[in-house]
Amino acid sequence: MMDYENLLSQKVQRLKPSGIRRFFDLAAEMDDVISLGVGEPDFKTPWLIREAGIASLVKSKTWYTANAGLPELRKAISEYLGRRFNIHYDPQNEIFVTVGGSEAIDLCIRAMIEPGDEMLLPEPSFVAYAPICTLTGGTVVPIETREEDGFRLTAEALRSKITDKTKLLVLPFPCNPTGGVMRRDDLEAIAEVLRGTNITVLSDEIYAELTYGGETHVSIAELDGMRERTVVVNGFSKAYAMTGWRLGYAAGPEPVIKQMLKIHQYAIMCSPTTSQYAAITALTECDDEIASMVKQYDMRRRLVVDAFNSMGLHCFEPHGAFYVFPCIKSTGLSSNDFCEELLKQKKVAVIPGNAFGESGEGYVRVSYSYSLDYLVEATKRIGEFVASLGKTE
Amino acid sequence: MDQLLKLLEQNAKLTNTQLAAILGKSEEEVAAAVAAFERDRVILGYNALVNWEKTGNDEITAYIEVKVQPKRDYGYEEIAAEIMRFDEVETVWLMSSPSYDLAVMVRGKSFRDVSMFVAHRLATLDSVTSTATHFVLQKYKERGTIMVDAPKDERRMSQL
Repeated sequence: MMDYENLLSQKVQRLKPSGIRRFFDLAAEMDDVISLGVGEPDFKTPWLIREAGIASLVKSKTWYTANAGLPELRKAISEYLGRRFNIHYDPQNEIFVTVGGSEAIDLCIRAMIEPGDEMLLPEPSFVAYAPICTLTGGTVVPIETREEDGFRLTAEALRSKITDKTKLLVLPFPCNPTGGVMRRDDLEAIAEVLRGTNITVLSDEIYAELTYGGETHVSIAELDGMRERTVVVNGFSKAYAMTGWRLGYAAGPEPVIKQMLKIHQYAIMCSPTTSQYAAITALTECDDEIASMVKQYDMRRRLVVDAFNSMGLHCFEPHGAFYVFPCIKSTGLSSNDFCEELLKQKKVAVIPGNAFGESGEGYVRVSYSYSLDYLVEATKRIGEFVASLGKTE
Repeated sequence: MDQLLKLLEQNAKLTNTQLAAILGKSEEEVAAAVAAFERDRVILGYNALVNWEKTGNDEITAYIEVKVQPKRDYGYEEIAAEIMRFDEVETVWLMSSPSYDLAVMVRGKSFRDVSMFVAHRLATLDSVTSTATHFVLQKYKERGTIMVDAPKDERRMSQL
């Protein structure tokens, strides 16, 4: 008999399973669930991009690429980052292509964090940062972001968590699940705290193209003195509706990129070749497609925010990503109970906010990457559920 | 307000409150715009898209290519107006085809019904020189909506 518990890495076994496993199991057992739970676009990958992928297959471009990715793709990424966000990287030494933004996050944390180091993590936020840090032996230091601050990271909150062990700050904006964004002024205040420290920023900008209300995304790497201490992570999943293609990239100072690339080289070799060819077309020919998707998301966003506020659940107006994060405290229910009851009574699935860190308790994440008709029906049911609780303000 | 028209074209049941939220306008502005569109006959109606097949109603639709000899000074208008007057006719379009002029969609209770209509009433019009009738066997998609089973959402919720 194999004694797996003793054989397997203690560190891996100690990783907490998702706190909302039970909720997913419950949802999976039910038929005809209206889900507002997914974290990916409902749009199909634009046809031009799919066609470019197909064309590469027809031409038998089916071999490994360079470890860092196709040179023409890296060049296209470099031009794109310059054009859209005014940040400039050498395609040769400062950019490489990863398997989704996720791999770039993994590599950046592994390349930076050693046992005993601390990683600052604004929460509520995406679920992958903390476990990777834990696996490297680092310590995760959460920084609560609050609705009254627009779920932004404030300089004050940041300063209060910095110690001499702080190595890395994760900056996940626009933010999944809150939809919060950091404007130039907000970033300037953060940069002011970081300049003159040895802290590196992992700026996860995967939702950079999806911002609303006129102001476009600003990368912290654009600010004075920040480029040398920032690794920008981005990818194709959200902006181009290419989740299944698994393609992202990291851009940063050569010494950091070099070490990240070393791990990538051994663990992954190179990102999928077909996806890389398709991505060149995405970056060079699809600005209009992005604009059209953003317009659709924006209409849905306004509909859903309005629907929640009308049913008496206060809903922060998000300016990024494709989620709203309404507060459910007025119902008297915990996030988990709210979601379970909503699922059982109305067959609508939304995600408990505490799945994204303890500070998400009292909130739920609602994705609006669905058609307007679908959102109308789903929010109607949620409204009926909330009314039936009779405890709202 | 093109966007308002597009939204209503997709779903005429959206309320003014919902439309106002989606467009970032006030309800009054939306109501006024809709009223103006109706008055100016930009919006001509609000029709349900019915999948009759599911109701057991087995009416059939035919697509008819009609070749006509337009009358001097009247062009196609007069003959189109004549064809429009039939209750059986749902759609009349002037086409750019080299082989026919008008596309006419006709709905009837049966093949025979539609055939009789074409033979006795449509083909006999003075200006009509020939017709070619095509019966619709299956409607897969209409006005942007898939009529058969809609594709399943394959996205997974556990990918946060």
